[in-house]
This record gives sequence, structure tokens and C-alpha cells, in this order.
Amino acid sequence: MESIVAEKAPSASNPQNKLSLPASAGIHLFFILYSLFCIIPVILIIMVSISDESTVVREGYQFFPSKFDMGAYEFLFKDARQIIRSYGISIFVTVFGTLSSLIIMALYAYPISRSDFPHAKPFTFFVFFTMLFGGGLVPWYLVYVQMLELKDNIMALILPLVISAFFVLIMRTFFITTIPSAVLESAKIDGAGELTIFMRIVLPLSLPVLATVALFQTLTYWNDWFLSLVFITKDANITVQYLMYKTMLNIQFLANNSTAAAAIQAAGGTFRFPSETVRMAMVIIGVGPIIFAYPFFQKYFVKGLTVGAVKG
Amino acid sequence: MDILYGKFQKSVFRKYWMFYLMMLPGIAILVVNNYIPMFGILIAFKNINYTDGILGSPWTGLRNFEYLFKTKDAWIITRNTLLYNGSFIVLNLIVPLAFALMLNEMRSRFLAKLHQTIMFLPYFLSMVVVSYLAFAFMSDEHGFLNTTLLPMLGLDEVKWYFTKEVWPYVLPLVNTWKWVGYYTVIYMAAIIGIDEEYYEAATIDGASKWKQMTRITIPLITPVIVIMTLLQIGRIFNADFGLFFQVPRESGVLFPVTNVIDTYVYRTFLTVGDIGLSSAAGLLQSVVGFTLVFLSNWIVRRINKDNALF
Repeated sequence: MESIVAEKAPSASNPQNKLSLPASAGIHLFFILYSLFCIIPVILIIMVSISDESTVVREGYQFFPSKFDMGAYEFLFKDARQIIRSYGISIFVTVFGTLSSLIIMALYAYPISRSDFPHAKPFTFFVFFTMLFGGGLVPWYLVYVQMLELKDNIMALILPLVISAFFVLIMRTFFITTIPSAVLESAKIDGAGELTIFMRIVLPLSLPVLATVALFQTLTYWNDWFLSLVFITKDANITVQYLMYKTMLNIQFLANNSTAAAAIQAAGGTFRFPSETVRMAMVIIGVGPIIFAYPFFQKYFVKGLTVGAVKG
Repeated sequence: MDILYGKFQKSVFRKYWMFYLMMLPGIAILVVNNYIPMFGILIAFKNINYTDGILGSPWTGLRNFEYLFKTKDAWIITRNTLLYNGSFIVLNLIVPLAFALMLNEMRSRFLAKLHQTIMFLPYFLSMVVVSYLAFAFMSDEHGFLNTTLLPMLGLDEVKWYFTKEVWPYVLPLVNTWKWVGYYTVIYMAAIIGIDEEYYEAATIDGASKWKQMTRITIPLITPVIVIMTLLQIGRIFNADFGLFFQVPRESGVLFPVTNVIDTYVYRTFLTVGDIGLSSAAGLLQSVVGFTLVFLSNWIVRRINKDNALF
């Protein structure tokens, strides 16, 4: 919010034009309550994850459990193979996906931003039309599974999200409005090729829009579980988000893969599995990076949301 | 003419060949990810079997659609999709607008920024996480509502995931919780763009805060309100798959109130395996959605050309 609120004081900058004290206090109180309403669910999950399992079973999910215990995290770290594996998949998909998405979208957006390129219009429409009409889930799925044979392939987690028509058009608008055509002309007169111009002049001048799009795409890739749900059946290739989803449906999913559980059972002991707390600890591990990163990055998201109209 | 045109084409290509090369990866992905599936809607008119393949399978005309409309589901999923999205559109207008108007009156820029940041948090969480958060409150056995809050208020336990009646309230609540930060940002930006002089003049004339709000702020941001709303109306046939799939935790008892077109297509296709029914439902959604986008854009265009999508 920095960019917007900080630039200009709200309409009440005029000292005569301010709210009455009770109204102002009411607004403050309201927002304090609403902000709590936004954080409290996350806090509840954190508290459950550090609660003692039997206390949770007895008392339910509590903000102030009567007994704390880190057993859930201990369990997750003792046999962290699936989590580490899924983290690795998520990080790879996010990094590789965001990078390729950025490159491919910028490469597409630049030519259609050039007014002297005679085919700029049809190619703009070509990408824009995908925002209006889609074939739906069934044919889309069949293309990936039957035609490209990407079932259980990690590329199926990346490819479908590479191009967002909306961001291509945003980049195009940015290129049109901020890169002076005189600069491009003079570079051409100096004998620079189109690719050189793009890499040496256009990209460095477009860092703001590239950064914004990169952040949105990072969030999209990191938070995606739908592609795993549809395309991935092998545990080796599932992302953190999908691991969380599977853990929710079946907490035993983690236990089945657990060497710890197997060892205990092999030794003839009954395996006590802190399922309630482990489930919540899993969420904390999955959501951790976002909770820590978002306060620093959210102002760029705000900028991205408030960029001007996208014209087709 | 033809020769001239051919020459022109050739010279354009010679001059701009690098552009085509640059666009090539993008074109390839759009073709595979978007355009081939568009032609795939023909599946809805076929009786697909895997031995004949998609092209070889026999045509069945509108048979799939007949089946679809014979099921009870067709009515339920259409009703649910439209009613939920309708309520989301109203809530995503009123609540964020009220929030933006109130935040705008906050004198402390630091506090306004802080609240805005916190309110934005749900936007960053995936639906899987949101579903966990809801579960922590609504779980039958251990949920905070059933174990603590409801007994404290002297109310009976509610089996949330087995009680149809509560979900028409729960889902709009969760959806608003997730999106209010996002839309507040957009309305804040519009409000802050209003020229300060209007308010100065109004203060001199002795206009109350309420008058300023109803006579200056709201009329001046009406274009933004109208456009944001119409854009959502254009997508009223497309439900948020994550919300309806993850948050009710696929509880079958709840399907009559949580099944929407998107979840229906997913389940009939990938869980049940009925290509005919699911692709027929998918095709209807695509075509009606396309018409609505055009219609709403046409209206936006008539209001303000600059805000139209195309």
C-alpha cells in the first residue's frame, strides 16, 4: 500500500475536514477487529501445530493449548523425505516456470508493441482471444495427456501457466508507453539487430513491469495445486501445495511413506502418530515462505493491480 | 495485385523475421494450451471411445446435451454457479468499497498501510491453505467453533461438513475474506485519484462527511465500480474451482449446495470418467461465458470506451 497511501494523505489532509472523534475511533476499532479476523486463522493453525497431540484430541483446536509439544515438527523432520522432495519440486517449478514465463511472455509482447510491425494487430488478437474463449477442462486435459503425453511429467506443472494473456498485454502496454521510439530508431541506425535492441535496450528499461509480472507468476506457480491434482499421480512429482491437500484427505499418506513408522511397526510396537498436529505443522511448513515474504513484496503486487487499463 | 501483395509479404518477413522467431515459443504454447482445446469442444458432439480416438469416434449430435439436461445436476450446478457468483459480485462490491472509504478517512498513514497489508494476506494463500484454515474452525470433532466458541455461547454443536444449510453463508464469507484486500486496493487507488479541490470546496460550503462521500467520492469512482462489476458479471458462469473444491472438502452430503459447473465437469470427467456429459457441460459454460463477456464488454464500452476490455 506504500505507493498509494504514502504519496498522498487521504482526503482528510485538510485539518478542518476530519471525522468526529467517535466515528474515527469506530473506524479504528473496526479495522483492528478485521485485521485480527485475517490473522487469527493462521495463528490457530500455528498453535495447533505446536500443541501436544493428546491435548488436541481432548480439548480440540485451541489458541492456548494447555500443553505444548513440538512432536509434530519432530515427526516431520525425522522422516522428511517426502517433504523435502515436494519442496524441491515446488521450488523447481516456481523458479523455472517463472523464468521461462517471463522470457517467453516478454519475447511475445515486444513485437506486438511495435507500431511499425505490420502483423502486430493479428498477433495481439491471437493472445487476447484466449482471455475470451476457452475449450474447457476436457479437451485441454486430453491435449496434455493424450497428445503430449505429459501425465506425471513435471512439465505439465509448468507449461499450462507459462503464458497469461493478461500479463502479455500489460507488458505490451508498458513497452508502448515507456520505451521512446526515438531510442529504438537510433539503435537501428547504429546497426543493432532486433534481438540486440530487445536485450540491450528494451529489457533494462522494463525492469518495473518485469519485476511485477515475475512476482505474480511466482505466486501463481507456488500456490498451484490444480495441475498436480489433474496431471500427477506419482508421489515423486507432487508439489508442497498438493502434498498439503493429500495430507488433509488422508493423514496416513505421510505415515505410509514414513520409514520411522515402518521401523516401529517392524519392531512390534504400536506406532503413535500425532496426526492432528502433524497435519497443521505441514501447513505451516508449506505456507511459511509466503507469510514471511509477502509483507516485503505486497507493495509491488499493489502496483501491479493498479496499472492502467489493458487495451486489446 | 497478387504479385505485389506477395512481394510485400516477403519483404515484411525479411525485415521482421526476428520478430516471428521471438514470438515462436509463445505461439507454440498458445496453440497447444489454448487453440487446440478450442477445437476440442467438438468432443461434446461425439461419442468418444478410446479405440477409435477423438477424430474417429462417431458423431452423436446433441445426445450428450440431452443426457445432461435429463440429470438433476444440470439445474443444480447452473443455479449454484449463478447464485454464488451473484452473491460474490455484490459482496466484492459493497464490502471493499466500504473498506476503502473508511481506510481513506484514517488520519494515520501508518495504520492505514498496516491494515491494508494485513487485509491483503488471504490473497496470498492458496485455496488448500484456506481450506485448512476453515477446517481448523469447522472440524466436527476438534474445530474451534464446536469445541470452544459454540459451547461458550450456549449453542449446540454443528456438523459443519454435513449441514447443507450453512454453506450458502460459509462460502461467500470465505470468498469475501480472501478477496476483500484485493478489491480494496483497487477502490483505494480510484479514491486517491480524486482531485483534492472537490473536498476543499465542499468543506468551505460546509458539506458533511456523509455528503462528501455520497455526492463526491462515490459519483467520481462510479466508472471504476461499474467496470469492476461488469467484468465479474462477464465471468459469472466460471466458478472459482479451488473455493468450491477445496473448502467443502469434497463432502458428498454438501454437493447439492457446493457443486458448481467447474467442479461438476472435473468430477464427471476425471472421477466418473464420463467424457460426453462433462464435455457437454464444459461447452455450454464456454459458449455462455463467451457471450456474457461480449455483452458486458459492450455495455462497458457504451459507458466509457477507455475502460472496455476490447
